Order: sequence, then C-alpha cells, then structure tokens
Amino acid sequence: MAKGRLLCTFRVADHLLGLDIAVVQEVLRRQEITRLPLSAPAVRGIINLRGSIVPAVDLRCCLALPAAEHGEDRATIVVRSREDAPASLLVDEIGDVVQVAETSLERTPETVHGLARQLIHGVFPLHDRLLLELDLGEILRVAYA
Amino acid sequence: MESMDEAILREFLSESLENAEQVERELVALEREPGDLKRIATLFRAVHSIKGTCGFFGFTKLAAVAHAGENLLGRLRSGERTLTPEIANTILALVDALRAILGRIEATKEEGDETFEPLIARLNRLDTEAAAPAQEPAPANDARLDTEAGTAAPAESSVRVDVHLLDRLMNLVGELVLARNQLLLEVASSNFVDLPATAQRLNHATTELQEQVMKTRMQPIGGLWNKLPRLTRDVAAACGKSVRLDLEGAETELDRSIIEAMRDPITHLIRNAIDHGIETCAERAGHGKPEEGRLLLRAFHEGGKVHVEITDDGAGLPIERIRESALKQHLISAEHAARMTDREWANVIFLPGFSTAERVTNVSGRGVGMDVVKNNVERIGGAIDIESRPGQGVTVRIRIPLTLAIVPALIVTAGGERYAIPQVNVTELIRVEPSEAAARLPLAFDAPVLRYRDGLLPLLDLRDILHTPTARQGEHGDEAVSIAVLHADGVTVGLVVDAIVASQEIVVKPLLEQLRQIAVFAGATILGDGAVALILDVPGLARHAGMSVRSGVPGVPVGAILSETPSAPLQTLVLCHAGERWTIAIPQEQIARLEEIPRRSVERIGERAMVQYRGGILPLVSLGAILDLKGAPEAADAEWLGEHDPLPVVVHEQDGRSVGLVVESIVEIVEERFAVSASPGARAGFTGAVVVRGSVTELLDLEKLLGSSPVGRDLAPAHAERGA
Repeated sequence: MAKGRLLCTFRVADHLLGLDIAVVQEVLRRQEITRLPLSAPAVRGIINLRGSIVPAVDLRCCLALPAAEHGEDRATIVVRSREDAPASLLVDEIGDVVQVAETSLERTPETVHGLARQLIHGVFPLHDRLLLELDLGEILRVAYA
Repeated sequence: MESMDEAILREFLSESLENAEQVERELVALEREPGDLKRIATLFRAVHSIKGTCGFFGFTKLAAVAHAGENLLGRLRSGERTLTPEIANTILALVDALRAILGRIEATKEEGDETFEPLIARLNRLDTEAAAPAQEPAPANDARLDTEAGTAAPAESSVRVDVHLLDRLMNLVGELVLARNQLLLEVASSNFVDLPATAQRLNHATTELQEQVMKTRMQPIGGLWNKLPRLTRDVAAACGKSVRLDLEGAETELDRSIIEAMRDPITHLIRNAIDHGIETCAERAGHGKPEEGRLLLRAFHEGGKVHVEITDDGAGLPIERIRESALKQHLISAEHAARMTDREWANVIFLPGFSTAERVTNVSGRGVGMDVVKNNVERIGGAIDIESRPGQGVTVRIRIPLTLAIVPALIVTAGGERYAIPQVNVTELIRVEPSEAAARLPLAFDAPVLRYRDGLLPLLDLRDILHTPTARQGEHGDEAVSIAVLHADGVTVGLVVDAIVASQEIVVKPLLEQLRQIAVFAGATILGDGAVALILDVPGLARHAGMSVRSGVPGVPVGAILSETPSAPLQTLVLCHAGERWTIAIPQEQIARLEEIPRRSVERIGERAMVQYRGGILPLVSLGAILDLKGAPEAADAEWLGEHDPLPVVVHEQDGRSVGLVVESIVEIVEERFAVSASPGARAGFTGAVVVRGSVTELLDLEKLLGSSPVGRDLAPAHAERGA
C-alpha cells in the first residue's frame, strides 16, 4: 500500500485514461464552451470557471482520435499542476478514482504510434483492461503548440 | 521553514525600499529648507533602520554602505556639518546604491560582489573632512536619467491593505457564506417562500464585496509622485535650470495597475517640460519671470475619471516651428493646415513620427516621442490633450479611468458569437442600408472600402478574420451592413460585424499565457448571462489583417485624427436611459425641465396618459415607445407604467406646447466640446453620434423626432385639450 497512487480515470473514445489526482482540481459536467477563433486546433475554446477564463483542450484532437460526435465529449476535467496554468480537458465520461501500485506501471509499448506515445506516461494493467496514464505537461504543450 | 524566512526577507526588502524612498524624498525637501532638524532626524532614522535590520540577515555590504551614510547623517543631525550640494549628491548616490543592493537581493537572495568602495570612501571623506566649497547642485548620477523609466522598484508586487478594510471584507465573505447556506437549505427543502429575500441578501453581499475588493487595489497616486521631486532635481540640474515642483492631490486614489502604467508617461512629460518647456534662468530673467521655473502636478477625481494635469510656466510650444516641421514631414496636408487652430497645432506633437528635431539633448529627444506618451495613455483607456499659452507655459491634461479592470465596451456579434470592443477604440458606428450599399461600399481592386467623410475607409470583416463557422450573410444584398469605425495606434479601420448589440461595462480577464499568441484578442470577459465573450484587440486586429489581407495596414488619415481634437463648441447634453439601459443624449437647450412625476398622479384618457402639470395638462409618452425600442408603442407604453415610481420625465416645449417624455432614468448632465459625427444610417430623430465619457452615444433631436413620429403628431390633440 505504501507505494499506491490514486488516479482519476476517464474515458475518451474506447480508451480508459488516467491522471494523478494531485493534478486534478475538479470534475465538471456540461460546460458552455466559447469558441476561440485562430487558436491551435486542440484548443476547442474557453470556459468560464467561476470567473476565471480557462482553455478547453480537446483530448481527442491531441491523441489523434476521430472527432467526437455531437455532444459526446462534454464532461470536463479541470487540471492544475505546479508547472502549468489551469486548463480543462474534454473527455467522454468520468470514471472512478483508482488506486494503483507504482510498481505495476509498464512502459508505453514502443509500438504505440505517433504523438500518443509522447502523451502516454505509462500503462497500468488493471484486471479487466488497461489504464493509460497521461503526461499532463506533454498534453498541454502539444495542445497549445 | 524556508517559506517563513522568505516572508521575513520580503518584508525586510519592502520596508528597506520604503526607507530608501523616504531618504530621497526628505533629502530633496531638505535642500529647500536646509535648517529643518526634523527632516534630518527622519533621514537619520531611515538609514539607521536599514543598517539595523540588514545585520540580522548578514548582508555585510549593505550594512557597510548604510553605516557610512549613517555616520555622515549623524554629523548633520548634531549640527557639526551643514547640507551642501556635494553631501546631498552623495546621499542620493547612497540611496541608489541601497536600491541596487536591495534589488539584487530580491532577484538572487545574495547581495552581489560590488562593494561600493568609492561611495563609502566618499561618505567617509565627507564625514571627516571640513566643509567642502559650495557648488551648484548637480545630478547625483547621470546614468540614472536613462534608467529611471525602465527600472520599476523591486518588491512592488505586494499591497498594504488597511486592517479595517480587511475586517470589512471578512465580514462580507461571512455574510456571503450565510446567504449561500440559506440558499442551499431552501433548495434542499424545496421551500421557495423566502427565496426572494435570500437572493436579495446574496445580491447585496456580493455587490458590496466587489466594491470593497476594488478598494484594496486602490492606491494614492502619491506613491508615484514620491519619485518625482528627485527626478525634477536631477533633470533640472542636468539642463542647468532651476525648477520647483509642486504636487497637488497626492491622495487621489486609483487602481495600482494604472499607477504603474502612468509612471512612464508622467516621467516623460516632466522631463520634456523641464528640458524643452522651462527656459534657462537667464532667459526667464529676460522675460521678467522669476528665475526659478515652476512645474505643477495636479491630480483630482472628476466625472468618474482621474485627471492629471502637468503645467509648466515656460515659453509655451513653438507653434510656428511645429507647423513648419509638420508640413515639411508631410504629416499634415497644406489644405488641412490652413483650417487648423493653434490648439490643434499643439496636439500635432502627439502624431507618430513628429519631431521638431532642433536639438537632441541628454534628457529628452532621443526618439521617444510624444506619440509614445499618447499611446501609453490611450492603451489604458485614457485621453491626453495639450494646451499652450505662448510665453506663459504649457498644460498637459490626462484623463484616465479609475481602474483597468472594468472598461466600457461595445458588444457586437459575428457568426452568432458575441465579441467585445473597448469603447476607447470605437469612434463611430455606421449602418449602411441595403439601398445605399452599392454606392457606399465599393471594392478597391479586391479590398472592400467604405465611402466615409470625403474619403475611403478600409474595411475588415470580422467574420472573415475569425473564420466564423456560419456562412456569411448575403454580402451587399438584402441586409443592412453594420460597421464599427475603430481607431488605435494611429490606424483607422472599419470593422464589419453581423450586428451591434449593446454598450456595457465589462470586466477584463486575461487570456492564458499560452493563448496570447492570438494577437487579435486582448482578453475575455464574462457577460451577464454567464457566457464568455472575447475582447478584440484593435491594434492586433489591424496587424493581423495587414498580414493576411492584401490591403496592408491602413495608413494614418491625419484628417480623421485631427477632427477628434476638440474644436466643437461647448455643449451641454443630458444623458438618459431610454430603455434596457440604452443611453441617448439630448441637447439641453431642447429640454424645458427635468421632472419626477409620482405614479399616482398619472391619469389616463383612452390610450393616452397625462398628468396635471403647472395648471395645464402635460401629455406623457414613453421615449422608448417613440423610438420604437420594444416593438409596438402600446407594449412599451405598458412597460414604463410598470417600472419606476416616481417617473423620470424630460419636459420638452415646442411652439408653446409641452410634452413629457418618460425615460427609464436620467443618468447625468455633461458639458463638453462634442464633435458630432453624422451617421447616415441613423434612425429618424437622431442627429448623429457623439463620444461621451469614452462611449459612443446617439444624439437625439427632439424637434425632429416629434415632428416625424406618428406619436408626436398624435400629441397635437392632447395639447388642444389644455387650451379647452
């Protein structure tokens, strides 16, 4: 238990993804997104988070997944880490908070193609499926590029 | 533990900087009244306390410098020495050294390698040696003149807040929490009986909280002025002039971000006034003026803005030379020049690229022109004006908003989304009806332009720039085209939008650092309904268009700029809300009286409402109904009778008959020189638009309005009744 970590999990398309709960500030349901013209494609727009303007990052776009059908990715995870300014990630569905052992982290397989390999920090094999832990810093870097 | 040390260190830095500032201030004052023992004591204490505290942190170099200074000041205090210009200069050099070390400590937590040996030696020599022969005050450090504007003092990222204010804030937050708890309870129990009361409580607490929080950001402008006596002293000495600086209204409060933004423009203006404005002692004596020049800085609140005036008693602007230079540099056409007044000529010095370039001195005139000052002032939503009295001096007037956080803005739509444009950038709104579109909106090769006041105005289409998803409306087809004429950084351009929605005050929120690369947005704001609207950055918009549109960055139509400078007659306008907080202006000469009429005294005969007034009958109509703000007049009629008590009424007299126009509210009466710009697309009854308090406001002509409106004609029988 000593080396256990808590990951906040969520689903994007068919993938179960996770982020350390330390960087997750809150989870929101439907948010009104204002389009931000001329921005990077992965920045879907901006949202009003209790008076702060926070960018909404399209995770599907970052991971080169097919674009969401209308309204599919409306759940929002607000992230805030030591290094990065707050941002919100658009996901399809919020999952549970899962406890994982650090020792069970597998390296991202070399055969994962493209940008996704940079963005996935590692893989936790859960008993029924794989949980991919994302690298938040990389995601935001790619999204704003 | 580390963070606690850091906190102590930060406190030490801000305290020491305050002490250093005090030394500077007191010393410059002491030079005027050398015998003032109280000031000497204050000086000594300030240096002493810097020395005392830095020992605690082990800053030995800082301690050594301060110690040498303390010794010298001790001699002054005991009366063994008197203040000579040399001592004053050395102490000012000491202040600079202290600041340099403190700045380094803030940046690196170390005091650095420089030991300031020469300075210490100088202090020690003055301490021991007999009084040096008197000499003219000289700038303590010439290099300072270059760096002053650029180096903001360190440790200014914190504010001091009055404990009472803090208590008040805490109270209000407590109130807010209670109201929230009550609200949650009511929602949970589905008991909505008290909901209105709870909502009101929440409303009051929030509004007051907002006001108080704004207050924490307010600081007296004196914080900025403290540095000016020293600047004046040094610049005057460098120019070989004698100048006395008087400060008035140092307690005038404004937002700290604005104080910061005003630092450079004010510094520049003061330098300019001393270098170019005030004459040398000999010249002044020749003109029968006192040898010492006078520079007066005044700050005061008026009309919801902060006014700063810088007045010198120098020679005034060389209008003749400005005229020659401007014509030589082709900044102004000869044709236009013939019509310009002296006041307009004075304001020419704010044009980009303008320079009389007669002499470049060490102090000013090195490329940083007055246009930069003007741009800096305008960037924070201010306005600048200059007035020159030949032989008597120059007054520069700056008007700046109280805060940067809230700005008046124009809300427009493009592609179904709302955008905000700061009102300072909006000069005029134009609506081109479909019937005139073909004639007024021609294409110059491939660039759409607008025929605008004898000239052509390049047009940008906001929908194109932002690649809005929805298809554009039929170009010059069936719909009227709405154009906002924008002006910024010397560029004037017409922005085509879907619709102009409203004018309202917005709270500016910065965009995330990573998103700032999109230069067309200055930030975002949250509208009344909680939706986010992006704020357009007008200079950025023009630059963006210049890159991607072939027409290039539009040039500077000087005529357009100059027509903004006040030359119109003084006019008094009554501002009122006609409905939905829509502000219109009515010339005062068209208004007989402003009245408040109690609701119960309104009587109705059929469709008409009226009131017994001054022994006759005054028919009442809703101004909103005449202007047809809300569809059918009947509907609007019902609305004004539902809202206010008493009813604010504007009484208009025409041909011996009176009409009472019910408005939503009367805002204020302003007296200014308004340049009325005719907007050809304006509705019937409007003369045009004026810029009032930085907002474009439509100007109403009551006579025309009542003459043309069916409501106005209907009034005639009502007047007849009075006679009967």
